[in-house]
This record gives sequence, C-alpha cells and structure tokens, in this order.
Amino acid sequence: MNVKENEFMATVSQDGDRTTILLQGEINSRADTDMTAAYEQAVAGSLAEVILDFNQVDYINSTGIALIVGLLAKARMANIHLTAVGLSDHYREIFTITRLSDFIDIQ
Amino acid sequence: MYTWGNMTTLRAFWRRNFGREAVEETAVAGPPPQSTSQIAGPALDIAPDDPLLAYLQTAGGVVELEKLNLSSSAVDELRRSGVTLIVPLVSQGELIGMINIGSRLSEQDYSTEDRKLLGDLASQAAPALRVAQLVEQQKIEAAERERIEQELRVASLIQHTLLPKEVPAIPGWTVSAYYQPARQVGGDFYDFIQFEDGRIAFIVADVTDKGIPAALVMATTRSILHSAAERLVEPGAVLKRTNDALYPQIPPKMFVTCFYALLDPVSGYLRFANAGHDVPYCRTASGVVEFRARGMPLGLMPGMEYEEMEATLKPGEQVLLYSDGLVEAHNIDYEMFGFPRLQKLINEHAQGESLNDYLLAQLAEFTGADWEQEDDVTLVTLQCLADLETPQSSDTAGWWEITNFKIDSRQGNERLAMEQVAEVIETLLEDEQKLERLKTAVAEATMNAMEHGNKYDPARPVAIKVLANETAVRVRISDMGEGVKIDRHAEIPDIDAKLAGEQTPRGWGLFLIEKMVDEMAIEQDETQHTIVLTVHRDKTDGDQQR
Repeated sequence: MNVKENEFMATVSQDGDRTTILLQGEINSRADTDMTAAYEQAVAGSLAEVILDFNQVDYINSTGIALIVGLLAKARMANIHLTAVGLSDHYREIFTITRLSDFIDIQ
Repeated sequence: MYTWGNMTTLRAFWRRNFGREAVEETAVAGPPPQSTSQIAGPALDIAPDDPLLAYLQTAGGVVELEKLNLSSSAVDELRRSGVTLIVPLVSQGELIGMINIGSRLSEQDYSTEDRKLLGDLASQAAPALRVAQLVEQQKIEAAERERIEQELRVASLIQHTLLPKEVPAIPGWTVSAYYQPARQVGGDFYDFIQFEDGRIAFIVADVTDKGIPAALVMATTRSILHSAAERLVEPGAVLKRTNDALYPQIPPKMFVTCFYALLDPVSGYLRFANAGHDVPYCRTASGVVEFRARGMPLGLMPGMEYEEMEATLKPGEQVLLYSDGLVEAHNIDYEMFGFPRLQKLINEHAQGESLNDYLLAQLAEFTGADWEQEDDVTLVTLQCLADLETPQSSDTAGWWEITNFKIDSRQGNERLAMEQVAEVIETLLEDEQKLERLKTAVAEATMNAMEHGNKYDPARPVAIKVLANETAVRVRISDMGEGVKIDRHAEIPDIDAKLAGEQTPRGWGLFLIEKMVDEMAIEQDETQHTIVLTVHRDKTDGDQQR
C-alpha cells in the first residue's frame, strides 16, 4: 500500500449551462487555495448551479469539510445551488452527519 | 509464416498424398484405377536441404521426372516408386506440397492437355491447401497457448494456497509481508510457524525454476520444513534435516535457497541459519547490519551443515527478509536494482513509514511504469516496536496489543496513521462501514494530536496503539502536549450557525470522531492527551436482522 499523499487538484468544466468542478486527490487544508480559485472561476459566468464532482477524491478530513462549508456559505450568499456527485458511501454518511446534505444536493 | 524449417506439416501432407489414402488424388490425371496397388506409393520423407525442393519451388509447372537432371536422393526414391510427373504446389512463392503421379495405365505419355489440367489443378489446390495448413497450425498454437495459461494458473494456485493467509500478530512487534508473483510464477515462498512456547519461525525461500515444477518443489519443501521445525528447535538443525529429506525428492539441477530465523518475541532474541539465500538486512541505530550465516542451498548435496548465528533485536530495529526478485529487477537501461541500493534505502527510510511500502515505491520508481516483472518479489519485515522489558500498562489490561507505532507530527501524516491502523485492523473488522468510520476517527484524532497537542513539533511524535479483544477493537492516540486540555463539551458544530457566520467553518474534528466510533474516551494529564477510540466487532444491526 502506498500512503504517499495525493496532490489536490480542481478543474472547472462547462457543459452547456452546467458548470462542474472536478475535484481530485485529498481535500485537506492544502486544498484551500486551489478549491477557492476553482470556485471563483466556476461562478464567474454568474450561473445558478455548480456541480462538485467527488468521483476522484480519496480522502476528505475535517479541514476539508470546513472548506466545503466555506464554499457552501459563499454559494448561498450568491444564490448558487450546489450539487455533489460521486461521493462514496462513507463520505455520504459524513455529509449527512454534518448536515451538509441539507444544503447540498447529493446525487 | 510457414517455412521449410518446419518439415512436419509437409511430411504429414506428403504421407497423406503418397500413401494409400491418397489414391483419388494420385489418380486425378490417369484413367480410373483398376486396382489401387498399381498406384499407391510408399511414404517418403524428403530432407529439407534436398535440391529437389529448391528446384520445385521455382519450376513453374509440371515437372517430368525422367528429364530431371538433379543429384537428389529424393528424385532417386521417387523414380524407384514409379513416379513420372511431379506437380509442385506453390503458394505465395513457397513450396507447400506436391502431387506425384505414376505412369498412365495405358502406358501412353501424358498429353499437353493432361499437363495443363494438372497445372490448373495445382494452382487452385495450392492456396486451399495453404489455408488448411495455416488453420491447422493456428489450432496447434492456440492449444499450446491455452496449455501454458493453464500451467500458469495451476502454479499460481499452488503457490497462493500455500502462502500464509495473514501475518502473525505479536505484541510489541510489527510483521508485514508482501508477495507479488511474476507472470510466470517463480518459486518464492515465505512462511511463519508459531510454536506453543510463543516463539515464531520466519522463513523466506526461493526455488530455482518457474511454473508448476517450482510450485511443486515449493510445496514439498514447505511441508518438510514444517515437519522438521516441529521436532527440532535449532534453525541449523531444521535446515540440515530439510536438506537431507529434500535431496532424494528434488529433480536434478533444482535447489532451494532458504533463510530460517527463530524469534523469541519476549526478549527479541533471534537465532538464524541460511541455506544460500539472499542475506537479510537489519536496520539498527548504527546503520544496516547483514545477518550472515554460511550454508549450501537445500537439495543440492546431502549431509550439509548449516552455521547458526544470533542477534538480539532492540526497540526500533527492523529486519528485512526478501527474495532476489527485488535485487535483480532491471530498469530500462538494464541496470540492476542491486544490494547496495537496497542497503542504502533501508538506511534512509523514515521511521514510522512501512519499509515494504517504501521499498516497493522505490522499486516502481526504478523500473518505470512499463516494467515486466522478471521474477517473484517477496518482502517480509519484522520490526521491534516497544521496549520489551516494560510490562503492559493497566490501560491495556484485558486487551491484546496488535501493534504500536509513532507518527511524526507533520502536515498530512494523519493519513499515514490511518493507513497503518487500517492495515492491521482490516482482518479484525469485517464490516467495511465500521472500518471506514474508524479510519476517519483515527485520522481526525491523529490530526488533533499533531496540531493541538504537539503544535506540529517534529520532536514530538504521536503515539498510536492498536488493541483488540474478542468483542472490540481499540485505538489509543496520544500526543505529548502539556497545557490546554481537550474539551469534549466545547461548542458543538452547527451548520446553520456556520453558514450564518456565527461559528467558524472549522471545528468538526472531535464531533466527527465521536460520531464515527462506538465509544470515545479522553485521558489527559499535565504531559499528554490520549483519545481512546473503541469499535465493537459485532455485525451491524442490519446484518443481525437478516
């Protein structure tokens, strides 16, 4: 087993009026800058809907949860709806426990 | 492509067309046969270098044997058999067969029209025959491939059946094993034998040759080793007995290299002998030490003696047993991984990180992505963890210690802690959901310890202890922080308050830990904080209802 850290990466893509942020690697404190930048880029087109794609995320720690809360706060201020796709069962549970799932659509 | 080097196909064709069963073909150009004995000829093998073959390849039509001026034993033989005409069958410039025809029953010569007919026949028959030959050849090749695949499957099955299903759990020690077979399974194997008095034998061996022969010798050697180990204690005596018993059974030119070590886990005393296997390394505070002992490989000669050596392992020391698949791996420049590199890497690798993982990562880096593994790679590591003289403290009474280790307080290292704990509890917690939850709790508690307790001070590691009893798994995570105590009744994170800006987005750690485990306890004094996580090993409610 290789436990080397996986660099975080966030990539924004646009498909019609769907904007997706593809998240990759570990969501921890070091993901802050890239995640914020990706979010700013995603909402630059003044859209009402942003999809967070977690399919390639292998680890989220509590600091990562805090980053997502921060993102959610910004999105709500701007009336942007967030949807999460590709969460593993375990992280779905964590989204439920933290009640992130009350504010982010989980698909 | 079909070539002359492969005479079998041609010979088979030959016999078919020259033997009794070829009557109809032979009779094509002649009148209806009165009696087959007049036209059936004997089977004939033609040497690949007979000049007749080269001649026919370029002859470009029907050949009259009578007019042929060629010093060839095949021509002589054909003449003796009464053949007068040869119709070469040539496809894409290659001679793939011939039709041999005797005299006409009427004893008249063959007419021009007869020869034209034969020539036409040959030009149509040759490609058809060629296709038939290729189909036949492909069938043979496909069967051969299937046979090889089947052999690989059997060899790998034998090997997997015999390798230990899990590593022994020894209090105060971490044992880990890695085995990666090459495509054509080599003869590597490792084993652990646990004795009633608590001692444990560690075995790593390598059988020469590959595939099923190696797998069978491996199986034999393993069972001889086991029965020798049951009756004898001293590693040298075990190898001597094994060698003498194996010698009459092993095929010639095959042998087995084997390292055998006996550990007393209470004192750390290790006694070992070696039958020509790669010398294990021990990482100590003063550098890497080789565990050398003289002895011939098993199965080569009877009556051999095996030198016995000893060592006492101290806390933190780590022994690596391995096979030549690691040191003999080549990179794209045909450079070998080699012993010096291995020794250097063992010395360099960071405490707390798994040595196996580290070496495998280094091997992958060395060989590159497209590496075709030449031989099996086997790694077995044994690490002395705790101070062996210290009796178990009361907080662990009634619990069996699975492992304990330390993690440097460095950003991101909670993941390392999580993976190391997961590695040892995977077999204890069958429920995947519980395992994932405990992993998250361990990561969060470790982060808490590194950040709040140790302030990311490299001089203050986090100590992690994994315990188990029959009904539960427990993980104790301790920092070295004095001062501020952990307040488990601190503000409960509330997402509404966070979104409204009334709470910071952070502060999820303890909340998550508590939700992820069945019990969370905090023990703290002036010098350290310990978070104790407990998860019950019983099935989930959903499972119980089924």
